[in-house]
Amino acid sequence: MIEIRHLSKTFLSPEGETKALRDVSLSIQTGDIFGIIGMSGAGKSTLVRCINRLEKPSEGQVLMDGVDLARLSQEELRKKRREITMIFQGFNLLMQRSCLKNVCFPLELTGESSAAARQRSLELLDLVGLADKAQSFPAQLSGGQQQRVAIARALATEPKVLLCDEATSALDPLTTHSILSLIRDINEKLGITVIIITHQMSVVESICRHVAILDQGRVAEQGDVSEIFARPASAAARRLVFPEGEAESSVIATDDRHFIRVVFHGAKATATPLIAQMALEKGIMANIAYASTRSLADKMFGSMLLSFPEQDQARRAMAYMTQIPDVIAEEVNRHV
Amino acid sequence: MFKNIFNAEMAAEAWDVIISQFPLAFWETLYVTLLASLFAFLLGLPLGVLLAVGGKKGILPLPAWLMKLLNGVVNLLRSVPFLILMIMVIPLTRLLIGTSVGTFASIVPLVIAAFPFVARLAESSFREVDPNTLEMAQSMGASPMQIIAKVLIPESIPSLISNGTIAVTTILGYSAMSGIIGGGGLGKIAINYGYYRYRYLVMLCAVLLLILLVQLFQSLGTRLAARADKRLKR
Ligand SMILES: Nc1ncnc2c1ncn2[C@@H]1O[C@H](COP(=O)(O)OP(=O)(O)O)[C@@H](O)[C@H]1O
Ligand SMILES: [Mg+2]
Repeated sequence: MIEIRHLSKTFLSPEGETKALRDVSLSIQTGDIFGIIGMSGAGKSTLVRCINRLEKPSEGQVLMDGVDLARLSQEELRKKRREITMIFQGFNLLMQRSCLKNVCFPLELTGESSAAARQRSLELLDLVGLADKAQSFPAQLSGGQQQRVAIARALATEPKVLLCDEATSALDPLTTHSILSLIRDINEKLGITVIIITHQMSVVESICRHVAILDQGRVAEQGDVSEIFARPASAAARRLVFPEGEAESSVIATDDRHFIRVVFHGAKATATPLIAQMALEKGIMANIAYASTRSLADKMFGSMLLSFPEQDQARRAMAYMTQIPDVIAEEVNRHV
Repeated sequence: MFKNIFNAEMAAEAWDVIISQFPLAFWETLYVTLLASLFAFLLGLPLGVLLAVGGKKGILPLPAWLMKLLNGVVNLLRSVPFLILMIMVIPLTRLLIGTSVGTFASIVPLVIAAFPFVARLAESSFREVDPNTLEMAQSMGASPMQIIAKVLIPESIPSLISNGTIAVTTILGYSAMSGIIGGGGLGKIAINYGYYRYRYLVMLCAVLLLILLVQLFQSLGTRLAARADKRLKR
């Protein structure tokens, strides 16, 4: 388990100080896939760099299975870092080494014999599906393949934790998907705790079990991904879940009807039949004030704002929606 | 001044000189250049590493005073014109090899002049390595020495070869100059025959040979650098 306690980091520069992290506390369970999401500049990279102590926190602690990383000597810290490996947005492969030699790199650092390192690296390249590229050089591979090599390299020292800092941000959606599947496989097969740093909600949505939302160096919200998708409580979370949310609040503010918000998180339905069905079965006529939904496979995600002239209708609509699986409905007060 | 270059008498005399003196001079130039380059690299490369990694935010932060000293020495040596440096290091040359004249002795001023240059070139090669790559190595638990040996140097090999070629060709040029203080080689012949005895044809031939050598080193270096660089798709 990784426990982050009251972590703060302030950068001092000639232009003044930047509070990159402010009192961040998180606990990440062993074996979890934990997302840390936030806008650019929110402090995500600083947070991961504090986890493996590439950056020294200004205040607070990071505990790995109860061990405070700050108490380790330089040598012990280097050993610890083999247990917390990292993949990056830019892959950061050694361009003058073959793929095989890249995967061997962390093993060379530990002084492992070259035959054993080579054997293990070949197995790992096989695991990431690149056994045939062992002798190729990184420049000869596509971005997705390079990230696979980086993943194989990160696994070489049998880490307990894999940190992924914007690991798919430089990749196209299809490649992103395949890399995320690979990471999920690794998490399941090897039981490695995965921490995913991203600015894309879609990444969190497709792979993470828990998520923390980082906003201007603070944890705005954390919890189950499905919970936060369904009921984003903080403004930062709403901005990420419903990027068009600004429009929503302006709709409510200028209207004196009654609103309910219906959130779909994987409901097996398409939106219109649901509204039509409600009208047919219960005789409740809803007006769609605002909707931001999308379907993935045959599932619905997103939210919809329904308005009703009477409060009673709104209540009944809520009751109706609530009994549908994977749909959450809540009353919306004005001026939220 | 070049009026008489091509008369038959001059040509015959030049040919004599070329036959009798050029092979030795060529050899002298070659070995002085290569030996001086070797020593300049031996001193300059480690210094270049220190300059590249020793900064406050570098991978092996060194005391600020030491960095100031190293930078100061390099800048100082780089700003003394070679002609003057050759004279200034005469006592050191005597101390090191017993004499200050002769072909072999000219290696000392060459090394003194070239190693700070090599250090700066190497420093710039090392600085080309992506800082993210260095951070990757740190995140994998590499020690500063491991980063230098396994990342910094191997990743900058193509650039080091390119810059090394620049250094060798510059040292070749300097070695020609050292004819003035008694160093041997093609430079000495060019100066002796061309400047003191007005045998321009001999001088021209010596210069031609120097140009050929520079071309040779340069194309060799360019080819080696390209071959070493695995970033190029093939
Ligand atoms: N080494 C540094 N020195 C000064 N400021 C920094 C440094 N690293 C990050 N910052 C600042 O800290 C803030 C958070 O940066 P970062 O953690 O990289 O954000 P993110 O990864 O979420 O985009 C930014 O305002 C950034 O400018
Ligand atoms: Mg970042």
